[in-house]
Amino acid sequence: MNILGVPILTFLVFFPVAGMVVILFLPGSRTKAIKLAANIFTGLEFGATLLLLTRFDAASGDMQLVERLPWIKAIRAQYLLGVDGISLLLVLLTSLLTFIATLSSWQAVQKRLKEYYVFMLLLETSMIGVFLALDMLLFYVFWEVVLVPMYFLIGIWGGERRLYAAIKFFLYSLFGSVAMLVGILVLRSQHQTFDLTAMVAAGSVIPAALQGWVFLAFFLGFAIKVPMVPFHTWLPDAHVEAPTAGSVLLAGVLLKMGAYGFLRFSLPLLPEAARRYAPVLVVLALVAIVYGALVSLMQKDMKKLIAYSSVSHMGFVILGLFVLTPMAAKGAVLQMVNHGISTGALFLVVGVLYERRHTRLISEFGGLSSRMPVYAAVFLVMTMSSIGLPGLNGFIGEFMILMGTFPVSWLWTAVAATGIVLGAGYMLWLYQRVMFGKLSTPANESLKDLTFRELATFLPLVVLAFWIGIFPKPFLAVIDKPVEKIIRIVNPAHFEAPR
Amino acid sequence: MFVLIPLFPLLGAAVNGLLGIRFFSRRAVGATAVGAVGLSFAAAVAALAGLLRSAEPVLVKTFFTWIPASVVRTAGGKAVPFALDFAFRYDSLAAVMTLVVTGVGLLIHVYSVGYMAHDRSYARFFAYMNLFTFAMLILVLGANLAVMFIGWEGVGLCSYLLIGFWFTKDAAADAGKKAFITNRVGDFGFLLGTGLLLFALGTIDIAGITAAVEGGGLATGTATAAALLLFLGATGKSAQIPLYTWLPDAMEGPTPVSALIHAATMVTAGVYMVARLHALFSFSGTALTVVALTGAITAVYAATMAFVQTDIKRVLAYSTISQIGYMFMGLGVGAYAAGIFHLMTHAFFKSLLFLAAGSVIHALSGEQDMRNMGGLRKRVPRTYLVFLVGALAISGIPGLSGFFSKDEILASAYASGHYLVWGLGLAGAAMTAFYMFRLIFLTFHGEERLAPDAGRHLHESPPVMLVPLQVLAGLAVVGGYVGLPRVLGGGAWFARFLETSTGAHESHLAAGTEVLLMIVSVGASLAAIYAAWTIYVKRRGEPARRLAGKFKTVYRVVSRKYFVDEAYSRIFVGGVIAAGRAADWFDRRVIDGLVDGAAGLARRVSRLTILFDDGVVDGAVNGVGRIHLAASSLLRRLQTGYVYNYALAVVLGAALIITLVITVF
Repeated sequence: MNILGVPILTFLVFFPVAGMVVILFLPGSRTKAIKLAANIFTGLEFGATLLLLTRFDAASGDMQLVERLPWIKAIRAQYLLGVDGISLLLVLLTSLLTFIATLSSWQAVQKRLKEYYVFMLLLETSMIGVFLALDMLLFYVFWEVVLVPMYFLIGIWGGERRLYAAIKFFLYSLFGSVAMLVGILVLRSQHQTFDLTAMVAAGSVIPAALQGWVFLAFFLGFAIKVPMVPFHTWLPDAHVEAPTAGSVLLAGVLLKMGAYGFLRFSLPLLPEAARRYAPVLVVLALVAIVYGALVSLMQKDMKKLIAYSSVSHMGFVILGLFVLTPMAAKGAVLQMVNHGISTGALFLVVGVLYERRHTRLISEFGGLSSRMPVYAAVFLVMTMSSIGLPGLNGFIGEFMILMGTFPVSWLWTAVAATGIVLGAGYMLWLYQRVMFGKLSTPANESLKDLTFRELATFLPLVVLAFWIGIFPKPFLAVIDKPVEKIIRIVNPAHFEAPR
Repeated sequence: MFVLIPLFPLLGAAVNGLLGIRFFSRRAVGATAVGAVGLSFAAAVAALAGLLRSAEPVLVKTFFTWIPASVVRTAGGKAVPFALDFAFRYDSLAAVMTLVVTGVGLLIHVYSVGYMAHDRSYARFFAYMNLFTFAMLILVLGANLAVMFIGWEGVGLCSYLLIGFWFTKDAAADAGKKAFITNRVGDFGFLLGTGLLLFALGTIDIAGITAAVEGGGLATGTATAAALLLFLGATGKSAQIPLYTWLPDAMEGPTPVSALIHAATMVTAGVYMVARLHALFSFSGTALTVVALTGAITAVYAATMAFVQTDIKRVLAYSTISQIGYMFMGLGVGAYAAGIFHLMTHAFFKSLLFLAAGSVIHALSGEQDMRNMGGLRKRVPRTYLVFLVGALAISGIPGLSGFFSKDEILASAYASGHYLVWGLGLAGAAMTAFYMFRLIFLTFHGEERLAPDAGRHLHESPPVMLVPLQVLAGLAVVGGYVGLPRVLGGGAWFARFLETSTGAHESHLAAGTEVLLMIVSVGASLAAIYAAWTIYVKRRGEPARRLAGKFKTVYRVVSRKYFVDEAYSRIFVGGVIAAGRAADWFDRRVIDGLVDGAAGLARRVSRLTILFDDGVVDGAVNGVGRIHLAASSLLRRLQTGYVYNYALAVVLGAALIITLVITVF
C-alpha cells in the first residue's frame, strides 16, 4: 500500500519530516501558520496511521507490509521496516499522542515556536521509526535520534532546572543505549545480519553464556528507558522540567520504548537468558510497583507524583512481560497503551493548571471542583483509569497481568496487588487535595474551566479509556498472535500438554 | 427482559450527567432520574414474571467477548484457554436482588426529589444516584467474577462520589477517600481469590465455579483459601470486622445516599457475593465457620457502639453493620436463603429508618444530634409513626418483616449446632431492640431540647418524602410474609424460590423448639425495649448517665469506637506514610545521590583529562569529551553551539564504536 506513491511505512516514518521542512520555510513571525502547519501534519500523520488498519491482517502474527532496501552494504545493514500488532498499537498511540501534544501546545508554548514544532515533528519521526524498524542498526539510529529532540524540548522549553534535567536524561539514556549498541553488535556477529526477523527465524544459535551478557547489555538500555528501579531517577526530574507536551510524549511513548525493546529483542532473541533472568526482572518490577507508589505518595509536586506513579505502573508492565505467560504479556502490551492514555492525559491535566497558575505544587490548589466542573470530571475519569477501575482501560491490563501471574506465583501476584491499593491511595489523595475542600487560595478563584480546545485534546483519550475498558477485543485481537508467538519462543513449556 | 434492567439507570445517569447539569430544569432532572429507575423497576418485575414462566431456572445472556482467550496453565498442569465474556446471569437470586435494588431505589429516588430540592448540585446528585443503581445492577447480574467486579468497584466509585458529595467539607472528602481505600483493601482479597479460582479451576464463571466445586474439582484447602480471600472483599464492601470503619464515616453523605447505598443495597453486596458462590463456601467448613463467626461477632460488637452514639445517623450506621453481621451469620450456618431474606427485609426497614431520620434532620434544618432533639412525636407525627414501624420491624416484633427473617437466621444457627453463633445472635437481637428504642425515646419522646434556630422552621416533610416513607413502612410490615415459616402456617416460599440459585437448606428443628426459640428472642427484645423505656423515658436517661459515670473508662472506650480508627490510622496509614517517607528519602539521597556523585566524579576526571588534551577529536577523548561537554553545560546557559557539537559527538562516537566492534568480531 502506498500513500502519494510512497510505501506506507516509509510514509509514516518520514511524513513528519516533510512537516519539518514546511515549517522551516515559514517565516518565524507567522506564528499562527507555524502552529497550524504543525497541527495539520501531526493530524494527517494520525490519519495515515489509521489507514494502516485497512491493510493490516490481525489474524497473522508475522511482520506485515515489510519494506526492505539495502542500506549500508558493507555491514549488511538494511533499511527494513515492518509492522505487527504490537508495533501497530504503539504507532497508533504515538501518532495520536503527538497530535494531542501538539494541539495542547497552542497556548502553552510562546517562545521559539519554529524550533519547538520542528523538534516535535522530528521526535515523531524517530519514535515511529523505533516501533517500525526491523533492522537492529536502523532501530538503534531511531532510538538515538529520539534523544535529540526530547533533549531540546526539555532543555529549551522546560522549567527552572531544565538544563540539569535535560542533561541527566540525555546522559542516562546515552549510557543505556551505548550498552544496547554493544549488545546489538554482538548479535550481529552471531547472526551475520541486523535483520530481526531473520534472527528470530534462525532460532536459538547463541550460546547460553553469551546470551546472558547480551541480555545484560540490552537490560541496561531498556531498563533505563522504562525506567526500572534503580535507574529511574532521571524520570521525575525530566518530567518536572519538561513542558507539558514533552511530559505527555515522554510518559506516553518514550517509556514504552524500553518495554518494547524487552519484548521485541530480549525475549525472542535471548530466550534462555530471558528465562534465567526473568525472576530477577520480576523482583525488580515488584520493587518498582511498591516503591514507586510509596514515593509517589510523598510528592508535593503534581508532575513528580505522576512521574513516580509511572515507575509503579511500568513495574506492572515489566512484571507482565517477564512472568512469561501469554495472558500477562498481552496484559502488559495493553497496559503500555493504557499507561500512555491515562498518564498522558494526567500530564495534560496538570498542564491545564500549570498554564493558568504557573505552579504545580499541590498545596497551591484545593477546592477546584466548584470552579472547574468539566475539568473535575475529566480529571476524575483519568484518575480512575490510572487506578484501574473496572470498566476503564487500566483495569483490563492490570487484571490480565495479575491473572497471568497468579499461576506462576501467588506471592508475586499478592505483592503486585498491593500496588493497586497504594495506587488508589496516592491518586485519590492527590485528587482530594487539588479538587475537594474549600477554595482557599485567592488566585484560584478566577480559574477558568476547560476551553473547547483543551476539551478536544482530552476527548479522544477519554473515549479510548472507556472503549478499552468495555470492549478491549479489537486491541487485544491485534496483539494476540504476535505476543503469543514471542511467548511460545521464550516459554514453550507453558503451552505443552500435560505429561 | 432482564437485560433492560440496568440499561435505564445508565441512560438516566448519562442524560443527567451530560445534559441535565447544563440544560435541564430541576423538574426535568428529577423526572429523568426517577423515570429511569422506575422503568428499571418495571423491567425487573417483568423479568421476574418471565423467570417464573420459564422452564429454565437460570437465564444467561452473553453480550460479547470481553477479554479474548489466552492459554492458562492450571493447578492440574493443564493448559486451558481462558476467556471472559461480558455476560449476565439471571436467576431467582438475581431476581430478588434486582427487585430490591430497583424497588427500594425507586422510593429513595422519589424521596430525594424532595430532600435534595434546595441543593445546588441537583443534577450531579441524580446522575451519581442513577450511576450507582446501574453499577449495583451490574454487580448483581454479572455472570462471572470479573463482570461482578465491574459493578463491585463501580458501586465503590459512586459511594466515594456520594459520600464526598458535599466536597467542600473536609470531613466528607476524607470519608469518601477512606471508604474507597478501605474497600480497595478488600478488593485486594477479591482479586487474589479470583486469581486462585482461575488457577485452580481455569474458570471464574459463576456457573463454572459451581459446577467444578460440586463435581469435586477443588481441593478443600484451595477452596478455603479462595473463599476466605473473597470473603475479605466482602468484609470491605459489607463493613464487617476488620474493614468496617469506613461505614460510620460514610454518614457524611446526604441521607438518601445513606439509605440507598449504605443501608439497603451496596453494603449488602458482600452478602450477595457469598450467596452467589454458595457452592464454594459450602465446600469449605472452615470458611463457613469464619463467615458465621465474623458475622456474629460483628453483630454484637457494632451494636455496643450503637448504644453510645448521639448522632442519629451514626446509630443507624452501626445498626447496619450489626444487621449485615446477621446476614453473614445466616450464610455461615448454611442458610443462604435466610441471609438473603434478611437482606431484603433489612433493605425495607433500614432504608425506612434512614429516610425517616432524614425527615427528622430535614425538619430540624440539619440537626443530627439526638441530645438536641426530644419530644418530636407531636411535631412530626407522620415521621414518628413510620419511624416506629421501622424500629419495631428491626427489633423483631412478631408480625413485622424483621421478625421472620431474623428468627429464620437464629433458628438455622441453632439447628446447625452453632450455639455460640446463636447466642451472639440472640444477644444482638436484644441489643438491637435496646438501641433502636433508645433512639426513638431520645428523638421523639421526653421534653424538647431543640437548639433555638433548629426549631424555627420545624415542619413535617412534604408528601414527596412522606409517601415513599409510608410505602417502605408498608413493606417493612408485610415484607416478611413471603418467607412465612412452615411452623407458623406458611410455606417458606422465599427459601423455596431461592433454592434454584442458593441450594436447598433443610432445617432439622422440631416445631416446638422453633417456636420456643421465637419466644425466647421476642422476649429478649421486648425486655430490651422495656429497659430502654425505663431508662430513657421513665427515668429520663438518669441510669445511663450514672452508668457512664461509674464505668468511665468503659464508656470512653466504647464511645471512642474502641480506638480502632486511631489504631488503624496509626498502624496502617502511619505505617504506609512512614514507608513512603523512607522511600522518598532513599530515592533523593541514596539513589539520586549516587547518580549525582558519579556525574561529579566524571566531571572532575574530565577536567583532569582536558589538561592533557588540547581538544583534538580522537576516539578516546570523544567519550570523555561528551561527558565534559554535558557536565560543563550544567553550569552554563544552554548554547546551541555546544549542543550541536554534542549531537555530533554522539553520532561520531556511535560510528566509532560500530566500526570498532565490527572489526573485532
